[in-house]
Amino acid sequence: MRYVQEFRDPVAAKGVLAAIARVADEIGVTKEDPVHIMEICGGHTHAIFRYGLDKLVHEGVEFIHGPGCPVCVLPMSRVDECVELAERPEVIFTTFGDAMRVPGTRKSLMQAKADGADIRMVYSPLDALELARRNPEREVVFFGLGFETTTPSTALSIQQAAREGLTNFTVFCNHITVPPPIRALLSDPHMVLDGFVGPGHVSMVIGVHPYDFIAEEFGKPLVVSGFEPLDLLQSVLMVIEQIRDGRAEIENQYARVVPEYGNPVSLAAIEDVYEPRPSFEWRGLGEIDESGLRICDRYSAFDAEAKFGIGYGAAAGRAVVEEPEGCACGLVMTGRAKPTECPQFGRGCTPEMPLGALMVSSEGACAAYWQYGGARAVEAAE
Amino acid sequence: MNMTSRVSRLRDERVTLAHGGGGKAMCDLIEEVFTDVFDPPGMEDQARLTDAALREAGTRLAFTTDSFVVTPVEFPGGDIGKIAVCGTVNDLVVGGAVPLWLSASFIIEEGCEIALLRRIVGSMAREAKAAGVRIVTGDTKVVGRGSADQVFVTTSGIGVIPAGRDMRAESVEPGDIAIVNGVLGDHGAAILAARGDLALSTEIESDCQSLGHLMEAVLKAAPGVKASRDATRGGLASALNEIAEAADVTVEIDETALPLREEVKGMCEILGLDPLYLANEGTLVLFVPPDQTEATLEAMRSTEAGRGAVAVGRARDKGPVPVTMRTAFGGERIVDMLVGEQLPRIC
Amino acid sequence: MCLGIPGQIVEITDTERQLAMADVSGVKREVSLAPVSDRPLADLVDEWVLIHVGFAMAVIDADEAAETLEALRGLGEAQETLEQIAEGERAFMEDRA
Ligand code: SF4
Repeated sequence: MRYVQEFRDPVAAKGVLAAIARVADEIGVTKEDPVHIMEICGGHTHAIFRYGLDKLVHEGVEFIHGPGCPVCVLPMSRVDECVELAERPEVIFTTFGDAMRVPGTRKSLMQAKADGADIRMVYSPLDALELARRNPEREVVFFGLGFETTTPSTALSIQQAAREGLTNFTVFCNHITVPPPIRALLSDPHMVLDGFVGPGHVSMVIGVHPYDFIAEEFGKPLVVSGFEPLDLLQSVLMVIEQIRDGRAEIENQYARVVPEYGNPVSLAAIEDVYEPRPSFEWRGLGEIDESGLRICDRYSAFDAEAKFGIGYGAAAGRAVVEEPEGCACGLVMTGRAKPTECPQFGRGCTPEMPLGALMVSSEGACAAYWQYGGARAVEAAE
Repeated sequence: MNMTSRVSRLRDERVTLAHGGGGKAMCDLIEEVFTDVFDPPGMEDQARLTDAALREAGTRLAFTTDSFVVTPVEFPGGDIGKIAVCGTVNDLVVGGAVPLWLSASFIIEEGCEIALLRRIVGSMAREAKAAGVRIVTGDTKVVGRGSADQVFVTTSGIGVIPAGRDMRAESVEPGDIAIVNGVLGDHGAAILAARGDLALSTEIESDCQSLGHLMEAVLKAAPGVKASRDATRGGLASALNEIAEAADVTVEIDETALPLREEVKGMCEILGLDPLYLANEGTLVLFVPPDQTEATLEAMRSTEAGRGAVAVGRARDKGPVPVTMRTAFGGERIVDMLVGEQLPRIC
Repeated sequence: MCLGIPGQIVEITDTERQLAMADVSGVKREVSLAPVSDRPLADLVDEWVLIHVGFAMAVIDADEAAETLEALRGLGEAQETLEQIAEGERAFMEDRA
């Protein structure tokens, strides 16, 4: 596969790994006193485990797995609202497969489907639009979920629905943005991060400048990275080279896909369709200012919150749902604990029955640990 | 088959509840759609089985049953009938048995097209013939609309394990080589595409096929075959995990050796799926002692179902996890059992 | 987050809705070209794009890809040379011993 296979070349990998080792030795990092690099994006977390990168790199480089899995950080109360929507008899509820297993306080979408709700898994919001066209007598609700990568596709679908005058298509909008939680993490006094591997696909939409504050205000390096194993290794190398040289810059390893200023059409669609919410709740992190988007009034006909009378947070008359007891998601996400250090890991919390956010999707740090660490990870924890 | 020579009494285009009522309509349906097609003429309520093979000292009976539900019931490379025969035949085959007789039960949804039933039954008859088994007894039930999805099929199978054959997962030892007979994941990928809700189109066809001839060829050339499993639901990963657990070994596979079609890889990349967990319907993995690897591969490749046979890994001393994979990138990852069902993902 | 995968645009299927058929290793799927519609649609045929949830989110820049790869391969080759030198030295020392 073009643009994929080349970036999985084991020979080149050896070279990058050796270069990483050299720089790591120059900095003098060790297993006991490592450099902490956060990969913000769940896709990167997944790739790290899928290719065993954590075991291949110099032992002085430690990956901290960030909050970049939109499914994982979805608060329970929102899942409950999804289930409520899906259980309305007139509704066909459409969702990406990832969201099916996320537990709400009552049930997951998977369970709601078993109980009779009409829930369909789709690959694209385009498929939800098509369902709306074909089922004019039903209400098709699309579960809009994801970071800036996915946000434009939902916006463009809403614009398309508006052009076609569809009256039975709405979006339950849970889109969130990447920079605010990074700011929140960096502002945490317990934070131990030395640098970041930045999300490549988010950046192809927003460009590299929204991260400038990380270098300017917090003095940390960030390298926007692709998703193949060589991309990731090269990005790690670029981050630790910056650390060695005492630089803090925003660099772009993924220039084949990420333009400096992002994608103008997508940005315009986002601007047109959404407005920021004053704050949004992240599972494991709590409320974060201006980190979520809602559909603006101009498009309220396509807003499931408006159409079905669902507000957000206090407006919904709903208290914030407490995270389950003993869950260490917050600590893991801020890099203060490893998944295996959570008392629930592999006991009260497994991918079959996730308790915390990070176990929910295969992109979540705990789920990735479990999937690729399995019994070994539990043993290590014991 | 004498269907063509006789005037059809079956006038309906769709199955109605009357076809399940025990009266004339039911007899017509059973006779014309089922018993006439299965060979030799006459499926019976109780099959009387006679076979010389059973009388030889040391032979054992093998018996298995499986129910089949597939959406859609017809898909590129097969249909529910073909799967129902192959699946049960292969269950017997991987245990070392020579499959002989099958039963076939049908739960038919009211409204199911009779033409569809004819096609399904036709492909069962064809596949049974090819696999050298006889469908000797069966049953039909008709249920109301919505109580089934077109048609469900259950097949049970009886085979004999010739004297001296002993294939068990427990006998796999460190050093044994794991071999698969061909590409992985075709069935799972073909079904995903055929469902249509993901709007993906591919040329991938299900690998659905019976493996009896392949296994007989292998056992002749390499009598030391230790164990085999068909890699159906849960894919190769699950089959390997089962064997590793039973044999108390760790199985190490090599990603670069895995036979995968480019389209299957593409499908997996698009949907974020892992081909190791995709279902197969005509793929098995077997373990042989290292000195019989070449003989096994050669024997497999001489059969239609084994053209793509390759060694994919080996058993070694038991480590902390049952199955590991050396990645193409030089790393190592754990290949765990599948949790629930693989769902297409965006992130 | 955000699974994205390179695919090649094969043909435009619906100009008005900006839809096109994309090919990913022989798997075909209709995708929206809206995000990359700042270029004329016809120019996008044969281009490689990055597909996410059925949308072509970016046109892949072949020159940039080649440049990144070159840097990566350079590191790989340098390492091989280093290893060969080390190997040679070891052999030399062994010879003398
Ligand atoms: S194991 Fe479960 S509860 Fe513990 S941090 Fe991970 S996701 Fe949260």
